[in-house]
Amino acid sequence: MRITRYAASLAAAGFLLTACGGSEAGNQAEEATENTAEVAEEVEFEAGTTMAELNEAGSITIGTKFDQPGFGLLNPNTEEPEGFDVEIAKIVAAKLGIAAEDIEWVETVSANREPFLQNGQVDMVVATYTINDARKQLIDFAGPYYEAGQDIMVAEGNPGGIEGPEDLAGKNVCSVEGSTPAQNIRDNYPEATLTLFDVYSKCADALAAGQVDAVTTDNVILTGLVAGSDGGFELVGNPFTTEPYGIGVTLGDTEFRNFINDVLEESFEDGSWAEAWDRTAGDISGTEAPEPPSVDRY
Amino acid sequence: MQFLADNFGLLWDAFLTTLSLSLLAGLLALVLGTLLAAARVSPIPPLRGLATFYVEVFRNTPLTVVFFFMIFGLPQIDFILGFFTGAVLSLGLYTAAFVGEAIRSGINAVSAGQAEASRAIGLTFGQSLREVVLPQAFRTVIPPLGNVFIAMVKNSSIAAGFATSELSSLLPRLVNADAGQLTAVLLGVVIAYMLITLPLAFGVHRLERRVAILR
Repeated sequence: MRITRYAASLAAAGFLLTACGGSEAGNQAEEATENTAEVAEEVEFEAGTTMAELNEAGSITIGTKFDQPGFGLLNPNTEEPEGFDVEIAKIVAAKLGIAAEDIEWVETVSANREPFLQNGQVDMVVATYTINDARKQLIDFAGPYYEAGQDIMVAEGNPGGIEGPEDLAGKNVCSVEGSTPAQNIRDNYPEATLTLFDVYSKCADALAAGQVDAVTTDNVILTGLVAGSDGGFELVGNPFTTEPYGIGVTLGDTEFRNFINDVLEESFEDGSWAEAWDRTAGDISGTEAPEPPSVDRY
Repeated sequence: MQFLADNFGLLWDAFLTTLSLSLLAGLLALVLGTLLAAARVSPIPPLRGLATFYVEVFRNTPLTVVFFFMIFGLPQIDFILGFFTGAVLSLGLYTAAFVGEAIRSGINAVSAGQAEASRAIGLTFGQSLREVVLPQAFRTVIPPLGNVFIAMVKNSSIAAGFATSELSSLLPRLVNADAGQLTAVLLGVVIAYMLITLPLAFGVHRLERRVAILR
């Protein structure tokens, strides 16, 4: 009896192992990008400001995404996130006199960014974070530091002939629950059938398996997925919204917001912004750094 | 609260999805679980082995992995299920292992003399199980079965990560729409779950008292 029991458990484990072996682990780890932002050493901030506090503490907690190739993707080898958002955050931290290794990274997903800022669990959020009025009621935005647009990704050869959001009618389109692109489809293209997962990587799996016809979200996220698909996916390349990405800070912390805006403008001018792009998102998508957006000091 | 009232339609749809997912998966789990328990006490060794294998696979696998296998694993071998069907199967097959074990414990609680007596009057194994043993077994395992089904309703929230828009998938969606309403949204979702689990718990309690036997 005992032996049958063990044999059954072992067989069960073996069954599961083979069953799971089929799905490929999308390992897109890249070589660690070296941080070139020079850490400011002798910096003085007015006492009582967030900058002074962070500079004094010598460390900062930053929320970013861990699952977006090119913008914020956790490197499983170093256990540090890498991407354009991460580089922008490092530039800001450097100007506060904080070295890259003193940054504590916290994973934020679309739905927990405002609560994390409101509760003070992070000092700032750089996480493909679209600036909009509803969010401005709860937190403040520095930037934008990048302008993305919602686009559509389809399987190789575009079998469904999808050229824009109007063509999604009657099609099964995948996005992430609680994201702005999903809400946009719901509000403006109700003829499309929405399939919603919790992360975009599952949408990519579903597209590969033919369970959905298309995936929609910001073009920069899709670019990363296309790059990781070995030609299995392609981008429609017809962005139909404007998504200005900002850096989230606590509501009412105007000094910190102004400081970040100054740092961003400086990075636009001295080329460190374009350099950060080339090393991360630009490297993955093979695109030149675009024109930097203009900072919105509302 | 106004926010919840504004989004009542969404809440209602999600509530119905969770309810139907739970009912269908619960039915599957109850039927399959009973068969599993019967197989595990049967006199046929391969049947016992198969049922033991099933129970050990599903009882020792995280439910998320079962979902992953059903939604993303099966398409690898060109077997594509609908997302809702996949959710019902994942939840039902997983819960069946626990239902089966609960019922088996009930069967073991029925004294051996009962089974021996029914064989002595000429009932087959199947007959004695159906007519004598299982009816008594079910009575004893109503409280643990209640636990299993309440846990199953809550486990159905895992479907949110696999393209089923049930109750807990409303959390990220409504919070993204208005993060200021976080508390209201949480409260709304918790109440909706309780609308399913509390009557279930109450029903189980009533049933337990109704069928109680004095030994």
